[in-house]
Amino acid sequence: MVSRSSDTVMEPAREDQLPSSASSAVKIVIVGGFGVGKTTLVRSVSEIRPLTTEETMTEASTDVDDVSGVERKTATTVAMDFGRISLNEELVLYLFGTPGQQRFWFLWNGLFEGALGAIVLVDTRRLEVSFDVIGRLEEADVPFVIAVNAFPDASSYPTEELRSALDLPEQVPIVVCDARQRASSRDVLITLMRYLRDVIQTPEPS
Amino acid sequence: MSESDQDWDKGGPERLYVITGGRAGAEEQAELDLVTLIVSLEDSQPGMQPEHAAILRVCRSPLSVAEISAHLALPASVIGVLLTDLLADGRVEARAPAANLPDIALIEAVIDGLQKL
Ligand SMILES: Nc1nc2c(ncn2[C@@H]2O[C@H](COP(=O)(O)OP(=O)(O)O)[C@@H](O)[C@H]2O)c(=O)[nH]1
Ligand SMILES: [Mg+2]
Repeated sequence: MVSRSSDTVMEPAREDQLPSSASSAVKIVIVGGFGVGKTTLVRSVSEIRPLTTEETMTEASTDVDDVSGVERKTATTVAMDFGRISLNEELVLYLFGTPGQQRFWFLWNGLFEGALGAIVLVDTRRLEVSFDVIGRLEEADVPFVIAVNAFPDASSYPTEELRSALDLPEQVPIVVCDARQRASSRDVLITLMRYLRDVIQTPEPS
Repeated sequence: MSESDQDWDKGGPERLYVITGGRAGAEEQAELDLVTLIVSLEDSQPGMQPEHAAILRVCRSPLSVAEISAHLALPASVIGVLLTDLLADGRVEARAPAANLPDIALIEAVIDGLQKL
């Protein structure tokens, strides 16, 4: 059992320390269903072993005590994995993986605020998980790209078929990736950043 | 307290309540993002609250709020309350995330950095 007492707090290993010149950070969120490869993608590109931050969610339990009419509250802990990439001596990029299901959206408030954008990681065997996520990102005006994590036993679909299944406008990039490969995962990040650059450079239709 | 304590999981929120001195934090909390970088301005002192001391130790080099949360195994919201104390006492420095609305220069810097991976 790992002790949580603060006198045993692990300090970051020397090689995991940022230079004192690190002056600001940016973040990208990776969102998708369970087992779609979020942690794998983070691990592929991160310079540190992925870390976990937890948030406690208090919700009314379904188990309502009929006699007293008092709703019980339960505290659920939700973990988010994240990794880090030092882009240069001053700028640091953090990547957060977060579950896409609606009941975890409470995590999103602080997460998407100020985020550069999002990668929606998709498993074509369970496309429906992505529907709500995409709707929510569009609503919140968060720029995103779709990365199809190509599992060997999943059949592959032409991009345009996916685009219409996900009901996405033509400018939203859809790429296929292998989250286990560093180069492939990095390319998804670069695709998002180039898309972001296009979005900024293209004047909004009025 | 209006809510019965037995409703909480053992060792969960109760412990956090003690660590934060019972403050929910929201109103008085400094503007901290998960990726705000924190740097210690002084060493930990004997007699400090252990969580404050731990933050000063892990932040000898810059560390994000998310990483502090991971290293101390405490929720980011609790770290936020602890950091508000340390910031008020001038014991740590906070380096805010890059601009909310990214400009082309920032995006190019990110792309350059990624291409070196
Ligand atoms: N074949 C294959 N397996 C993958 C890929 N990405 C992830 N996996 C595996 O899928 C499982 C779930 O991945 P994980 O990253 O934990 O998913 P998460 O729940 O979204 O964080 C792990 O066993 C991974 O090794 C991929 O691109 N190809
Ligand atoms: Mg995971």
